[in-house]
Amino acid sequence: MSTTIDDPATAGEPNTGATGGTPPTRRQRQAAGIADAASVGVKVLLVKLLGLGIVDALAIFGIIILVGAEQWLVAAIVAIVAIAVNWIYFSRRKLPAKYLTPGVIFLVIFQVFVLVYTGYIAFTNYGTGHNGSKEQAVSSLMASSLERVEDSPSYPVTVVDRGGELGLLVTDPEGDALVGTAEQPLEPVSAEFDGDKAVAADGWTTLDFAQVLARTDEITELAVPYSSDPNDGAIRTPDASSAYLYVSTLEYDETAGTMTDLETGTVYSDIGTGAFTAEDGTELLPGWQIVIGFDNFVRAVTDERLAGPLVYVTLWTFAFALISVASTFFLGLFLAIVFNDARMRGRKFYRVLIILPYAIPSFLSALVWAGMMNESFGFINQVLFGGASIPWLTDPWLAKVSVLVVNLWLGFPYMFLVCMGALQSIPEELQEAATVDGAKPWAIFRLIKLPLLLVSVAPLLIASFAFNFNNFNVIYMLTDGGPRDSNAPIPVGFTDILISMVYKVAFTGQTRDYGLASAYSILIFLIVAVISIIAFRRTKSLEELN
Amino acid sequence: MARKPVPGTQAGLVVGELEEFDDSTRAHASLGTGQVREMPKRPFNFGRWFRATGWRHIVGVLMLLFSLFPIVFVVSSSLNPNGTLTGSNALFSKIGLDSYVRILTDPQVPFTTWLGNTLMIAGITALLTVFLGALAAYSFSRMRFTGRRFGLIGIVVVQMFPQLLAVVAIFLLMSAIGDLFPAIGLNTHIGLIMVYLGGALGVNTYLMYGFFNTIPVSIDEAAKIDGAGHARIFFTIVLRLVAPILAVVALLSFIASVNEFVVASVLLIDTEKQTLAVGLTKLVSNPRYADWSAFSAGAVIAALPVVALFLFLQKYIVGGLTAGAVK
Repeated sequence: MSTTIDDPATAGEPNTGATGGTPPTRRQRQAAGIADAASVGVKVLLVKLLGLGIVDALAIFGIIILVGAEQWLVAAIVAIVAIAVNWIYFSRRKLPAKYLTPGVIFLVIFQVFVLVYTGYIAFTNYGTGHNGSKEQAVSSLMASSLERVEDSPSYPVTVVDRGGELGLLVTDPEGDALVGTAEQPLEPVSAEFDGDKAVAADGWTTLDFAQVLARTDEITELAVPYSSDPNDGAIRTPDASSAYLYVSTLEYDETAGTMTDLETGTVYSDIGTGAFTAEDGTELLPGWQIVIGFDNFVRAVTDERLAGPLVYVTLWTFAFALISVASTFFLGLFLAIVFNDARMRGRKFYRVLIILPYAIPSFLSALVWAGMMNESFGFINQVLFGGASIPWLTDPWLAKVSVLVVNLWLGFPYMFLVCMGALQSIPEELQEAATVDGAKPWAIFRLIKLPLLLVSVAPLLIASFAFNFNNFNVIYMLTDGGPRDSNAPIPVGFTDILISMVYKVAFTGQTRDYGLASAYSILIFLIVAVISIIAFRRTKSLEELN
Repeated sequence: MARKPVPGTQAGLVVGELEEFDDSTRAHASLGTGQVREMPKRPFNFGRWFRATGWRHIVGVLMLLFSLFPIVFVVSSSLNPNGTLTGSNALFSKIGLDSYVRILTDPQVPFTTWLGNTLMIAGITALLTVFLGALAAYSFSRMRFTGRRFGLIGIVVVQMFPQLLAVVAIFLLMSAIGDLFPAIGLNTHIGLIMVYLGGALGVNTYLMYGFFNTIPVSIDEAAKIDGAGHARIFFTIVLRLVAPILAVVALLSFIASVNEFVVASVLLIDTEKQTLAVGLTKLVSNPRYADWSAFSAGAVIAALPVVALFLFLQKYIVGGLTAGAVK
């Protein structure tokens, strides 16, 4: 099928609302509305009410939680969408909206919004070390540099739990009970006492000895802020029975926006880079997330160690997609021509077996190929090449060839089916007429059949190119992008294509750089967009949409 | 390669099947006339046979070797009772089902859980994708409204940008959702299905739209005159007439979800929640895991339902198209 949309007008005028040539009169519309309403059964109405009831209940639940978390904007959006949905489904009109709304909601959130959000992330320093807000960075910095206050009193503590979250129930020297968690500073609580020590508090479960043992690591890591001012320090317990006050070696001055290391006297100030930075350029991490403009893009193309990989990955992505499309298409076309001869027996048998690679999930095929291409133990080296050790997947150039061969294996059955269909839809008369005029078989194919075939499969070739441009699975499962380029600061390899590079920069390795990964994503967007615009201009298919 | 639905993939299939159908009847016809013309009393001539069809069989056999040898290899090593990768190289040297037992019962490898997760996630996604797509396709095909042209173009444009490009944003969005609503956020199956449904109104709708247009509007009109409302026409009449395309879209969506690695690997953190694509890939990429036979057994088990569905629905598609009520 081409991307042309045929208008159903050939089959008759579109029915609903009778919007054919002349617009319906008011009476017609009324009559249609009455007929429609009359045809709705009680069951349908009940199902509709039930569905809307569930949607509304979920929306209200969501809004309550969002308001509780002070996410005003999101809460407002949920409310507006919920009202709109009710309005659409209770209205007599809005017929198209009734059919489009469910899909459009998912489309907008998980396709359109995330694309826009990717654009935003590309302009931030989001990633390892820059994950949250400035407040979170401050409290995390203070917590990570805690030191016990010398000669500080010892507080008896009981470890308590609420919904999986650990807390410390502290008895202060005055004998009052206080409770707090890693997030929540200490606050007074009514508690049961065993002697001088608070042992249980309302709303909290006291951990018994076995539970304490099981969660020792969590408990010794736990630091409960003493008050909402991070400079006051935190309570920690090394043994789950007595706790001490720890104070940070850093001091935070909120008005000046500086962090001071009390031991060395170094002042780290917020100079707008998303981290507290000393005068000599050393940064205190974690920092926080800020908008950094085009820095990620500039870094991607000007940092020598990043620009090199970006260039060869982009070139290889194009080469991979183009060669894949060309190789699968020509093999598929060749096979279609070979098997498109009515005199040949067993064509169905060949056809079913040849398209089997297409029916197997590609991630499995790629993993099996990776095993077969293993340098020391694989079937190809051990059996087909008699014990040779050819580095199919570990040599930069050979790995590229291997990826292309495997992708040919995965892709040719589809092209075979497509070409078979296209060839058979070319009328026999053309061939007969050409033969009568004295054309040789090769000339018939090259001058008549091939151009006709290309017209019908061109849109599929473009789509296939777009698919292979982002063909993550075959690269990742087969070579994992390897062999790794040891010069690059990001985990990129010689068979990586752009999309697998995005994945690796964002989700593998020691540092996750969401900002840089999103910048690469934006680059792919632009390339894909330009290619599709050119392609669609050429095929003119958009103009034929009605 | 073209496993992800691309425009026309399915139509290519469908057309191919149809033509194959026509072709076989045509082939018989031409064979009939051929017999009259050249068959009588001509002795068998190997050279002539070879030039006409023999070489085609050689190509066919070569291609069979190419396309089947990885499949034969994986089946053989899955039957090897205790094979490492090296042990699997002697094809069919030993036959036994031990590796199947191992992969299904190994407490370290929750294979059955992965299989269950995959079938559930892909199944639900396929059903809902068909439902959402059919609703949208119906409105595009049967109604005229402002924004219709924009909507159709929008679907074409959106399908150019697959979701995996926005995987970073999807991850951050889902972890933000998970902070407030743990039931549908990061590390949940519902969350993953919701993300997949974001792609429901893509190429699938387009494909269904094309097929809906081939159903004569007069059928709708007849039902309307008989007093059926739009919902009734859609659910009881149109949906049945377009069943073949629903099957195709469901199949393609199912295969796409089974194959999907990027988003699933980022969203599903616990081993117990992962899908086959994520679990098996991580299993094999672990250098300490040396039980290649067990992996092969797992691969065979995982591929079987998809291959079966593919071959089964292929026939259904042809049958549905040729014997549909449209004719």
